[in-house]
Amino acid sequence: MASFKFKNVYIEDYYSLVGPIEKESRLKNFDLAMEDYYFKAKTFEKSEVKMQQTVIDNLLARHNYTINDFDLLIGGDLSNQISITNYNALNYNVSFLGIYSACATFCESLIVGANFLDNNPLKKAMLITSSHNLNAEKQFRYPVEYGAPKPHTATFTTTGAISTILTKNKGKIKIEAATIGRAIELGIKDANNLGAVMAPAAASTLQTHLTELKRDLNYYDLILTGDLGCIGSKILQEFCEKTYNLKLKKYLDAGCELFLKSQDTYAGGSGPACLPLVLYNKILKQKKYKKILIIATGALHSVAMVNQKESIPAIAHAVSLEVLS
Amino acid sequence: MKKDDYKKLVKKISPQENRFKNAIIAFLTGGSLALTGEIIICFLMTSFGSSRVEAGLWLALIVILISTLFTALGFFDNWVTKCKCGLIIPTTGFAHSVASAALDYRNDGLITGLGSNFFKLAGSVILYGVISAFFLVIVKVICCG
Repeated sequence: MASFKFKNVYIEDYYSLVGPIEKESRLKNFDLAMEDYYFKAKTFEKSEVKMQQTVIDNLLARHNYTINDFDLLIGGDLSNQISITNYNALNYNVSFLGIYSACATFCESLIVGANFLDNNPLKKAMLITSSHNLNAEKQFRYPVEYGAPKPHTATFTTTGAISTILTKNKGKIKIEAATIGRAIELGIKDANNLGAVMAPAAASTLQTHLTELKRDLNYYDLILTGDLGCIGSKILQEFCEKTYNLKLKKYLDAGCELFLKSQDTYAGGSGPACLPLVLYNKILKQKKYKKILIIATGALHSVAMVNQKESIPAIAHAVSLEVLS
Repeated sequence: MKKDDYKKLVKKISPQENRFKNAIIAFLTGGSLALTGEIIICFLMTSFGSSRVEAGLWLALIVILISTLFTALGFFDNWVTKCKCGLIIPTTGFAHSVASAALDYRNDGLITGLGSNFFKLAGSVILYGVISAFFLVIVKVICCG
């Protein structure tokens, strides 16, 4: 059984910082935007650490909290050994859990945090997720200034950092249930088509979630996948219909919803920051949906394994959110 | 769904790259670059009285300088993305690859960063270029004496 319900866990507030391209995108209500990729730091790595620190500090300041009000800091990012989050954790004197599910890190942090709060005397947890386009390019693809042409199936790593406060006190967004996904591969080896790599994982988690919690698709007002992109989301829809006989109608993909067509970001956005940015700054701000199922998807590859021609494993974690009025 | 069926589904939905269009762009941009190079060689030969070999060497230096400088100034990658192999195959591509790698790793130390990663992309060109030159020379000696 990989699905469970939570009794009493809420998202109290969140703070989002977006990159220079994302601030011109379809997102409107973000809290802070970066003027350039350096964010007044000397290197891109230090820039991302500073991004994480800024979103946590600003969120604490908004509520007059200090880090001592929190029992746990949970977070992750895309860098090797999640070094960005580890170095950021140095800034806070609080218990810290580093997690990694590639672009599904946000949902993993929600699930881990919600479980701790629901089953333990812990009261508040701070969640942090970030991604930086140029750090991801450098690590997974080519040097930043190298203009390698990319296929239309490639996605564009979102630059952004998001902090979230999880609490037991009743708030406006309830974390209602969750499903932990399984690692899945269907023989795709192309790191330039991660939407195709991750779509079966999203479909499997969705099917598990619906079966184990005895729900059907109509239960949700919206199903929002993480970063399959415009091509991956089409693959997911067809895959769901053929394999599980699920017709996704009230469905959006965060990667496909993020950028404007004129921004030339290939198949759309990706990265751990993609889903929370679209969820917080677009979907929730519309106040249109009450029951939302978010399915964050991650490709669990490394450059070495891709070069050794291994199929890329993918993971998807689902979290059911209820917007209370 | 079986892996083969899934691969077919992915292939059906993923858009195919327009190779013909890319080849035309590369032909036109690469061709224009070569034409400009020829004009510069003629200019060097007539204005400075250089031999053709000497003018060719000066041209290579000029092209490497310009593409490295433009990479460092941050807009050459956009040109390469648009022109594709028109700028990747000539010397511009080689200079661009080492300059971009050098920029990426300049903060990671002169030996551990810049030195170790300078030929990250261009290393293959050097290695296989030397190996193929070696075998071509053997072929030339056997065939032509």
